[in-house]
Amino acid sequence: MHVTYWEKWNGFEAQAMQAVIDQFNAAHPDIVVDYYATSVPDRKTIVATAGGDPPDIAGLHEQNVASFADAEALQPLDGFIRAAGMTTAQWLDRYDPIYAHICSHGGHVFAGISTPVIEALYWNKTLFRQAGLDPDRPPRTLAEFNDYAQRLTKHDPRTGRLTQVGFLPQDPGWWPWIFCDWFGGRLTAGHRITLATDPHNVAAFAWIQSFTRNYGLDNVKLFSSEFGPWASSAAPFFSGKIAMVFQGSFYDNYIRQYKPGLDYGVGPWPENVPGVTDFAMAEADVLCIPRGAKHAQAAWEFIKYVNSANLAAQTRQELGGAELLDFLQVKHSPLREWSPYFTNHNPHPHIAMVRRLAASPNAVCVPEIGIWQEYYRELISVFDRVRLLDATPTQALDYAQQRLDVSWARYRRSLERHGQWAALGETPPP
Amino acid sequence: MTRQDRKQLRAGLGFTSLWIFGLAAFTAYPVIASFYYSFCDYSILKSPVWCGLENYQQLIHDDLFWKSLWNTLFYAGLSVPLGTATALGLAMLLNQDVRGKSFYRLLFFMPSIVPVVASAMLWLWIFNGQYGLMNGFLNLFLERFGLHGPAWLADPAWSKPALIIMSLWGTGNAMVIYLAGLQNVPLELYEAAEIDGASAWQRFRHITVPVIAPVVVFNGIMALIGAMQLFAQAYIMSEGANGNGNASDGNPARSTLFYTIYLFSTAFQDLRMGYASAMAYILFVITAVLTWLATRLSRGQYEDAL
Repeated sequence: MHVTYWEKWNGFEAQAMQAVIDQFNAAHPDIVVDYYATSVPDRKTIVATAGGDPPDIAGLHEQNVASFADAEALQPLDGFIRAAGMTTAQWLDRYDPIYAHICSHGGHVFAGISTPVIEALYWNKTLFRQAGLDPDRPPRTLAEFNDYAQRLTKHDPRTGRLTQVGFLPQDPGWWPWIFCDWFGGRLTAGHRITLATDPHNVAAFAWIQSFTRNYGLDNVKLFSSEFGPWASSAAPFFSGKIAMVFQGSFYDNYIRQYKPGLDYGVGPWPENVPGVTDFAMAEADVLCIPRGAKHAQAAWEFIKYVNSANLAAQTRQELGGAELLDFLQVKHSPLREWSPYFTNHNPHPHIAMVRRLAASPNAVCVPEIGIWQEYYRELISVFDRVRLLDATPTQALDYAQQRLDVSWARYRRSLERHGQWAALGETPPP
Repeated sequence: MTRQDRKQLRAGLGFTSLWIFGLAAFTAYPVIASFYYSFCDYSILKSPVWCGLENYQQLIHDDLFWKSLWNTLFYAGLSVPLGTATALGLAMLLNQDVRGKSFYRLLFFMPSIVPVVASAMLWLWIFNGQYGLMNGFLNLFLERFGLHGPAWLADPAWSKPALIIMSLWGTGNAMVIYLAGLQNVPLELYEAAEIDGASAWQRFRHITVPVIAPVVVFNGIMALIGAMQLFAQAYIMSEGANGNGNASDGNPARSTLFYTIYLFSTAFQDLRMGYASAMAYILFVITAVLTWLATRLSRGQYEDAL
């Protein structure tokens, strides 16, 4: 039986997955998983599912889970898990809590993890030394972070232009919402949007704007126009233009490729809300079974395999499932328990810190909301308007809140129209 | 209908049947279906539910609909006349009897056959605020006054002008059509005008323009339709310069949120096919009206000129 698997990776990540597939195929003589590298697999999965010919396994992003599940594009894995002799709680309990959260939506399990990511603070130790800072002591509080950022910022004495900054929120600018969480804010409360109503979110965007105000808008524009693509040797962190960035645990692979020998450290986000230590953001690529998949049982067998490990592995050859994949991709495992070999021989240079942050009770992820794509675009717009001094944080957030309230009401109406009361967590009216 | 006519009809239908099937299945059906979906709440995965005019009513109150329409009209309003002037100017230059004119024609046509993605990547670097060629040239002058070229694609005020400048890169197709039009202008008209003492401008104004007016109208309308559907360049360059993952929201600050980009994200990111279909039909109506207007106005113009 041939199982079709669409995944976004090429290069070494695809090779790592192929090694796991080979291992799985060898252990399951009646199943052959066929890997197809597919650009934008999320969009293609939706179209293929609508056309009644989806892949058996779709490699998606974690932010797809809620919206795809609400759109009835995914099969819940609950039945398969029970058939495997576990409750869904037992199945999820094997993961670090944040990854268990990513796998589920509305009380059902819809995904397994393929690659986990944890976003942490990366700092350039050489620039720390040059600024008279201890290179082995990253900032521990927001006040320290702001102070370090200032001390790591340099201007050209002749022109006044920026030549180096301690931190710029727009690098890489992919997760503007995380600053809200870091400041203790919430994006949703139950079925309400709280973007503008939560004062912590306003504070987060005021902090973002403070960098443009301090450095000067024209200065920031000119300076940031020097940045090369993030995955190139001209990326600002690699070229020494920015001293501190928040980046994902995959970043080490890129540092090795584009700036070998860079002296850098990895640590938790500085404490911003008193008592909230080891704050971090988790992301994941996930494996799902689209509705209408022809070989759902075999697809589940593969997802189960990739989300399990040989916890007794003492050698590289004994690594299996999640651990083999993550070992070859130089990443951490999303599972709570790791084998001795994976723990002691993991090639990720900062694996201990990554594991600590992934297990942190203060790790957060994308909100589980069906309109996340719209929400995200509004946040990007707020982020741009605020950092470009086009609006005050309150103005930009109020505008986005207004739009999102309309979007959420429309989304809710649509779910009601289609009788999807379960997605709303409600029972149908009599 | 004679037996011979019927035979010819059968043969004609037989030879065109594949095309008729393709048109019906892949063009006519989607066009009709999307019109129906524009009155539905439809997410592609669930059955469409009739919601009347709701999508159209929501569009009227949607700020982003108006913003994307404004961005698109701004782009079309500047890129179409500029593109027309550039293509016509180039065609007139290349119509001169100079040595190596075939080489120059090839040279100016070549950019229009470069794939959109490749040219967008190239222009991303040209518009790089610090290292780009554009600012490299501009700064030669601006730095004398203590100024610096803009950040182009990373600056909301300059991102649309950057795309308009880039659009001039692909005027090769229009240029070739103008060139063909110019070569059809009867030389005896120019000779007669010269004998009557007409200046170069008068010959252009009163001979060239009226004769090639239908070509100008055709090119203008095609350029207008193309500009209203601008997508690939803006999508790639917005993401390339501002890098917001999969957001496709016309960054920075939605300054390059063109109509089709908003339509695309509504359809394929938010899965709101009904709303996106309504947007598509409104774009169709707008484009049809603008085309009709252009045809009407130009007809009057070149009839006057003649």
